Amino acid sequence: MHSRIHEIKEAAESAKDKKGTYGPDIDLSQYKKNATPHPYEEKLGSFGPEESDKLTAVGIDISQDQRSGTFLLKDQSVIHCRTKQDGLEVLSMKEALDRYQWLEEYWWKAVSVDADKYTAQAELSLNDGYFIRSYAFAKSLSPIQACLYMGVENLSQNVHNIIIAEEGSELHIITGCATAPYVLSGLHIGISEFYIKKGAKLTFTMIHNWGRDVMVRPRSAAIVEEEGIFLSNFACLHPVRSLQLYPVTRLVGQGAIARFHSILLATPGSDLDTGARVFLQAPQTRSEIITRAISTGGKIMARGHLIGEVPGIKAHLECMGLLLSEKGGIHAVPELEGKVGGVDMSHEAAVGKIAQEEVEYLMARGLSEEEATSTIVRGFLDVRIEGLPPSLQEELSRVIKQSEKALM
Amino acid sequence: MLRVENLWVEVAGKQVLKGVNLDIAPGETHILFGKNGSGKTTLLMTIMGFSSYHITEGRIFFKGEDITHLPPYERAKRGIGLSFQRPPTIRGIKTRDIINICGRGRISADDLAERFQFQDFLDRDINLGFSGGELKKSELLQLIAQDPELTLLDEPESGVDLENLQVIGEAIRNLLQKHIRRKRAKSGLIISHQGFILNYLEADKGALMWNGRVHCRGNARELFKHIQEKGYEECAECIAEFMK
Ligand SMILES: Nc1ncnc2c1ncn2[C@@H]1O[C@H](COP(=O)(O)OP(=O)(O)OP(=O)(O)O)[C@@H](O)[C@H]1O
Ligand SMILES: [Mg+2]
Repeated sequence: MHSRIHEIKEAAESAKDKKGTYGPDIDLSQYKKNATPHPYEEKLGSFGPEESDKLTAVGIDISQDQRSGTFLLKDQSVIHCRTKQDGLEVLSMKEALDRYQWLEEYWWKAVSVDADKYTAQAELSLNDGYFIRSYAFAKSLSPIQACLYMGVENLSQNVHNIIIAEEGSELHIITGCATAPYVLSGLHIGISEFYIKKGAKLTFTMIHNWGRDVMVRPRSAAIVEEEGIFLSNFACLHPVRSLQLYPVTRLVGQGAIARFHSILLATPGSDLDTGARVFLQAPQTRSEIITRAISTGGKIMARGHLIGEVPGIKAHLECMGLLLSEKGGIHAVPELEGKVGGVDMSHEAAVGKIAQEEVEYLMARGLSEEEATSTIVRGFLDVRIEGLPPSLQEELSRVIKQSEKALM
Repeated sequence: MLRVENLWVEVAGKQVLKGVNLDIAPGETHILFGKNGSGKTTLLMTIMGFSSYHITEGRIFFKGEDITHLPPYERAKRGIGLSFQRPPTIRGIKTRDIINICGRGRISADDLAERFQFQDFLDRDINLGFSGGELKKSELLQLIAQDPELTLLDEPESGVDLENLQVIGEAIRNLLQKHIRRKRAKSGLIISHQGFILNYLEADKGALMWNGRVHCRGNARELFKHIQEKGYEECAECIAEFMK
């Protein structure tokens, strides 16, 4: 084992200057490496009203009433971490690594440590992260919440998370990533490795709300075993300088399912380069990647790559883009790769303005042009996600509603 | 109620309506026949105020007010409602939402849907994957919720099966207050090919759209019978004769 840890460090060293495949390159040296530590809070109480609003806006319930566990990383300190339900485990990554020798086997197994300089930095200058696990056949009653928060200007936050849904378990996580209302710049690197075991179900709902000049580089990957279900939702509806992510999922067991839903809004000055790549490697695996993208002047790259490696798989890619401004742009890059016969793969993409015909249809029913437009935009963003617990669907709808004001 | 004066309309650079005149009194229902592509839909869409239908000449009056240049929602507010021949699909907007928009809080979407056995459609995206008959029913439900004074129906019976034809016929009767004899206030303009609608309601007048103009005003039933028997070819000759 120790040789593996050593190899990981070496691989990270070798990738220290390796540029990412996508997204603008970032000069890592311009960000602060260290932040003042924050004390642990038994009860979350250090956030002022504006900060609390920001947390609420990314789905974090400060009262924790509606959550079965909470993890909160502020800058580089874990200020809160606990679970309320038996069978569910929430630990800081560092503590988990200390506690469980076996965890090393999951460490950098789904994501490659030498993928680029961001993965390298996460390894070489790790702050912390969360370890969330549902024990075999445990079912989470309400979601676990995890928050990655940056409260100081120009900090680099390097996080590594591992999520394990053991056999037959059901786990729901909502992750909110945000900067404090007064923070404009910073760098967030987040490694997340998901392991969905036989017959397990994991829903992962991630909501971002950053400062105007923040750079964001999540690096995540999932491995889904037989009959496992991975449902991943992502909403980014507020300004951010540059966000680039392209998670990889491997469906390795028969009948495994992965579904991705992204809801994106690019305001002027924002550059979102997102996507999902799924390898369908076992019979009867299924996958769906659905993106709704709106530009009010920013740029969005919506990627999707489905790779069917065995017969009998089914996969679908869908990207709908709305351009609400003459500036900015949406670029959909759907890729389907069938490697054998007997795969069923399709895609659908449409990018454009709101159809005048639709606006006028609603106007004929009595709405003004503005009302009709906002009704259509709201409907466009309000994606019903099959398999998502109602409380999380509501949470997502609430977050979307809140961002609508910025849209109109 | 509605008065159309010498209306000339261009769509996508093509002159479609070439001087339409029309007068519908309060309480009256008119049926408009005419070949495919003759301009019937264009007339209704123009009366509703759709922006891709460019009025190059003429005027439209509703209850005495010149509405020629009003946007669709102003017309809807004043009491005009249209059932579309081909309504658009809007993703993310549920049938329930749109019925509520039409009803402005005065009507329950659930009650209305129940009356028309349309409950299963309330939480579906509007018009997405609806069959031909379902589209017509959905359009009609919206109009009932809207309760307009002037109802414009663009082929409400196309693609509707016999059983539903009766349901739709009855609904249109109600919409047009056909059960009220005196003091009937609601008016209608209905486009029909099959003429089934005549089995459900008494139309006051019939007319024929021919090459962008309205001709042969008269008794709707007679006109329809004539078209049925002689076809549009004879209309062509008759109109050519008339235009000399
Ligand atoms: N958006 C458009 N672009 C191009 N041509 C159009 C457009 N809309 C209407 N037209 C043309 O205008 C003419 C009249 O069309 P309209 O839809 O009014 O006919 P209609 O009488 O309703 O026919 P139908 O009985 O087939 O419904 C047709 O030749 C049609 O092709
Ligand atoms: Mg027509």
